[in-house]
Amino acid sequence: MSAKAKIIALHGGLLVLLFALQFVLPAYHHGNLARIMVLASYAIGYNILFGYTGLLSLGHALFFAAGMYGMGLGIQHLGLSVAPALLAGIAAGAVVSAALALLALRTVGVAFMIVTLMFAQAGYLTVLYFGEYTRGDEGFVIQQAQRMLWGIDLSDATNRYFAALILFATCLAVSLWLVRHPFGKTLVAIRENEERVRMLGYDIFVHKLVAMIVSGTLSAAAGAAYGLLFGYAGASFASVQYSIFPLLWVLLGGAGTILGPFIGTLFMFYLIDLSSGLTSAYMLIAGVVLVLLTLFAPQGLVGELRNRIWRWLP
Amino acid sequence: MELGPYLILASLEGAVTAAVLALTAVGLSLVFGVMRVVNIAHGEFFMLGAVIAWWIAHSMGGHPALGFAVALVVAPLVVGAIAVAADMTILKRLDYDPERTIVATIGLLYIIQQLTLMTYGPEARPVEAPFNTRLAIPWFENGENGWQMIWPWGLGTTSYKLAVIGAAMTVLLGVWVLMKRTRIGLVMRATQTDREMALAFGIPVERIYALVFGLGAALAALAAVLIVPIQQAHYLMGGDPLLLSFIVVIIGGLGSLPGTVLAAILIGLSDGIISVFFSPTLAKILATLLVGLVLVFKPGGLTGSSGK
Repeated sequence: MSAKAKIIALHGGLLVLLFALQFVLPAYHHGNLARIMVLASYAIGYNILFGYTGLLSLGHALFFAAGMYGMGLGIQHLGLSVAPALLAGIAAGAVVSAALALLALRTVGVAFMIVTLMFAQAGYLTVLYFGEYTRGDEGFVIQQAQRMLWGIDLSDATNRYFAALILFATCLAVSLWLVRHPFGKTLVAIRENEERVRMLGYDIFVHKLVAMIVSGTLSAAAGAAYGLLFGYAGASFASVQYSIFPLLWVLLGGAGTILGPFIGTLFMFYLIDLSSGLTSAYMLIAGVVLVLLTLFAPQGLVGELRNRIWRWLP
Repeated sequence: MELGPYLILASLEGAVTAAVLALTAVGLSLVFGVMRVVNIAHGEFFMLGAVIAWWIAHSMGGHPALGFAVALVVAPLVVGAIAVAADMTILKRLDYDPERTIVATIGLLYIIQQLTLMTYGPEARPVEAPFNTRLAIPWFENGENGWQMIWPWGLGTTSYKLAVIGAAMTVLLGVWVLMKRTRIGLVMRATQTDREMALAFGIPVERIYALVFGLGAALAALAAVLIVPIQQAHYLMGGDPLLLSFIVVIIGGLGSLPGTVLAAILIGLSDGIISVFFSPTLAKILATLLVGLVLVFKPGGLTGSSGK
């Protein structure tokens, strides 16, 4: 098989497997997997910036929350129906990520991390500050009646699973297409050696800008979908923790791999799910995993797989 | 009360904030300056200091001053030792790579915070101040009988708060002497200037790094012990000091000690005064945006040289 056929078989196979799983999974894991697919879409968005472009952002919760609140506030206060609300959320993510990119991309390395962290924190505090509309930490519930898309009830478990799968498949396809496109290859080149790419005549700033907007928009789409499918928007989704999570998932799964974000999210979700049954201090697990990963497996699970067995993995 | 007494009160509170903030931020700044490591777990070392102070004060009994005095010595030592251990087991093995150490210290943040939650619990607990005399402050008012001195209600401070300011100033002076006047300070500065050259001259750079990381954490812990009789010890208390220290270190110029102290005074005082007039959330929003924008447009900090 050629590399291209292998790639299509592997990723298509995963989507078919996810499609088939819904008929056999018990209700609890069925719901979990829908959640994981939405969160994995968020991680895929994060991975485009972190894994492929080499920019470590500590502020992606800003984009996730922009999507969630763009959608949620649209439904709650402007009376939008689901489709325009989703678009509003995605558009909010695109605008916010473009604005942050224009500022943050003037910095590099550690300064970039801190700038994104600070702006995301300002975003989180802004959500709290306008508590009158956002209901702050408490958040607001999006009623079942407000979650009807073209007559389909998105609060129904099966419909929800399908919607999550469609979102995940779209994000997977976008990222796969992007990294095989010359534009994506230039991003990887920027990650590996920025100076050399600049010398070859590429416009580094524009490439990074587009990468950050794509990354932010995918994150916002995931945020909007999360709010819609699970019927809740709250300030905790804008907090630092939700900027750390995608970093954790992508590092665990493997930065700069297409499947890494999904594998990482799946592992971490169940790890936290199991440990939160044992203790309320479940974030301890996240901390330990982060430290162990940076120490022993900076490539992540899929990254190690690529290094050892499947060299053709995108 | 009129505006004048309000401002005096706000600046006094601000001075206490500034004193504690300066200690915490100098710790962060030392670590960043010498090691080029951004320590996200710095706020958790602060929190550990407060929690350990509570443990000691709680288990000692006797006069509150006794427990407090022991905590003042023991808490920074314990926290410093924990930091040294973290440096030797984690940061050293990452070869102090700037980006990977950030991720690792985020992990460390959660580990320390959640372990504290498991052992110490979610409650906020007070530590009694060793001495706490109330000192009223007079105010002059032009009344019917000309200028006269009055004692407005609520305008005052405590002897403990003044002691905190004094103690912080003493410790900062100590750090300055350590850095500028001792051999170990010289070695630290040499490592900061050129790591490779320091290695070539036989300076045990890794041991210096461990020492600096421990010292930075100990300063944060000391600041926390000083503030814990005013605030309370809580497992989530590390967030605000971390954010404020970042602001201070960035505005003061990364790695510059005098700049850091200056910025701490500026931020501490303005924090006290601003929060009299604005809601604390709005003040925090403005502060975080300020840090972001300073980093974007003046990466060297306000006092440092501009450019990279």
